[in-house]
Amino acid sequence: MANPIRLEINCETGVESIIELTDAEVAQMEADRVAAEARKAEEDAAAQAAADAKASAQAKLTALGLTADEIAALSK
Amino acid sequence: MANTMTLIASSTVGSGGTATISFSSIPSTYTDLLFKCSVRTNAGVTVDNIFFTVNGSGTSYSGKMVYGNGASAVSSTSSSTQFDSLIQPGASSTTSTFGSTEIYIPNYTSSNYKSFSADSVSENNGTTAWAILSAGLWSNTSAITSVTITAPGSGSFIAASTAYLYGIKNS
Repeated sequence: MANPIRLEINCETGVESIIELTDAEVAQMEADRVAAEARKAEEDAAAQAAADAKASAQAKLTALGLTADEIAALSK
Repeated sequence: MANTMTLIASSTVGSGGTATISFSSIPSTYTDLLFKCSVRTNAGVTVDNIFFTVNGSGTSYSGKMVYGNGASAVSSTSSSTQFDSLIQPGASSTTSTFGSTEIYIPNYTSSNYKSFSADSVSENNGTTAWAILSAGLWSNTSAITSVTITAPGSGSFIAASTAYLYGIKNS
């Protein structure tokens, strides 16, 4: 099976070339993808943790008797 | 203040897609560069990264970004073999939607490190769409002569994806 291609546009000549990626380039792209996915997973986990903490705090404030408007006012 | 903007080159991806789009032999006659693209990957995800590199270099990229989806927001720092704080819709996003990304590269021929700013959104007429604002740095003093975007892993930019490179002059 052929490797993916890359599209290269030479800005001086305007010539557009279609070139098959080498095996090494394909391997590097896969390694880069794995690294980026790992980082994205860390960021998503951090975002989820922040959202969970916010929901937990709001639930505790509600349990103390604060209204939704009063809770919202705290963050303004 | 830059006051002229000239289209240097553009490309529209044809049938079959492509893993990367490169603009090479960029003339050194401008002050700044502006790269724009509207792309979509065939990877089976809602949102995917776009990898951005210059001069074929696989080192010395770093960045700071803030991104959100309307429900939550996050900021982060990256240091990698490419600048990857850019996004595009994947195959699981709404059919026929393409992202929108813009990268501004001032003083691309200077002998200082190359900083750039970027904004990138994953268009999706559905429940999840992301937007990123980012600051990037390529810690290299060489003049920039080529720029490349890459679809991560085995993904490809699908047909009808577009890319444009503009040169901006101070005079």
